Amino acid sequence: MVAIVDYGVGNLFSLASSFRAVGAEVVVSGDKEVIESADKIVLPGVGAFGDAAEKLFSSGLAEVVIEQAKKGKPLLGICLGMQLLFDKSLEYGEHKGLGLIRGEVRPIQEVIPKDLKIPHIGWNALEFGRIKHPLFKYLSEGTCVYFVHSFYGANCSKSVIASAEYGASLTAAVANKNVMGCQFHPEKSGKAGLSILRAFCEMGEKK
Amino acid sequence: MITKRIIPCLDVKNGRVVKGVNFQGLSDVSSPIELGKYYSDNGADELVFYDITASAEGRALFTDILKEVARTIFIPLTVGGGINTLDDFDRVLKCGADKVSVNSGAIKNPDLIYQAAKRYGNQCVVLSADVKRVNGTFKVFAKGGRENTDMDAIEWIKRGVDNGAGEIVLNSIDTDGVKKGFDLEMLSAVCDVVNVPVIASGGAGKAEDFIELFTSLPKVDAGLAASIFHFGEVRIDQLKEILFECGIPVRR
Repeated sequence: MVAIVDYGVGNLFSLASSFRAVGAEVVVSGDKEVIESADKIVLPGVGAFGDAAEKLFSSGLAEVVIEQAKKGKPLLGICLGMQLLFDKSLEYGEHKGLGLIRGEVRPIQEVIPKDLKIPHIGWNALEFGRIKHPLFKYLSEGTCVYFVHSFYGANCSKSVIASAEYGASLTAAVANKNVMGCQFHPEKSGKAGLSILRAFCEMGEKK
Repeated sequence: MITKRIIPCLDVKNGRVVKGVNFQGLSDVSSPIELGKYYSDNGADELVFYDITASAEGRALFTDILKEVARTIFIPLTVGGGINTLDDFDRVLKCGADKVSVNSGAIKNPDLIYQAAKRYGNQCVVLSADVKRVNGTFKVFAKGGRENTDMDAIEWIKRGVDNGAGEIVLNSIDTDGVKKGFDLEMLSAVCDVVNVPVIASGGAGKAEDFIELFTSLPKVDAGLAASIFHFGEVRIDQLKEILFECGIPVRR
């Protein structure tokens, strides 16, 4: 069972549908016990970091996610959900994140040339590091996925498992053991995106 | 490197796709769900659903269908048509739309763009403009291109972006349906004043028109068309191969 953490931001309909499309049993829930009893956790997110982090912490769900991640349960953050895994964000002020990935979230305008448009929106190619992470086991390097973001994961080179070129090399995905995150939207990335969700669902399963 | 997007647009009336379509392997060519899935599986980078229904009953039907489309496709979905209020935004976003396109609704109430961008983020708000040359200047037309608002199009679009529109769909009434290529002059004028993605619409008749669009105007992010895709005159997967051969970055 995959639990998508519902902490009151955004519409989780597409995300739930995409997990169902790869045959996963999925539940969208803001209930502590449901999340604790799931095999895998997905942390979604759209909108502003500060607002989302506030909701996640004040609902008590941040603690649940951190605790479950520390127990070794596979956790996947998506888009803002990935950014929330970081220590902190500098999006309109400074906000504390979950601290599961070392690094911070910063505006992309700090690193990309001025003539490029913000947000970084559209389909861009994934570049893997030297080792292909298991999340991408069904993909080849250069596969395009769908991005929409104005902030990016910085100072996290140890955790970067994929990047995308947009005037600069932007963090596209991160991992620290069982904690993973995608800046792009797998649920909007066609077959490539679904294969990433499938790979996540297959993690930790006996062969 | 970000790729150029190819976007088919489906006009839906009372829950059915209007304009005849001819695809092998589709049992129901006017089902938005079947067509949406076909495009999603065959290389479209995004889908635009345009609700041209007039009645409330038809609109409710559209909402049901939208949910089903959102369940079956896994690419970004933009919805437009009849978006006049924040409640309209809410209605289609809850059905699974990723972006909402405003046109006449923003002309009637320009504050709609600002309010929607504040609530849902700029990336969610697409300003669609129907533009036509009148005495040598670009004017915005309302009501599906039937009514001249007398507003300067470049000013209007610039203002829309300042108010929070995250993307522009520029539909040239002058080239629409002519099939002799996109309106490069009009697109260039818009690209010069905005720093958000610009989607070209109106005039595509063949693959070469897309090559010309992306090579002569590198700032254009996407090409949108309807009937040439629906009638199979241009197949998206083949179009992308041709663009790739020409050195234009596309998702294949």
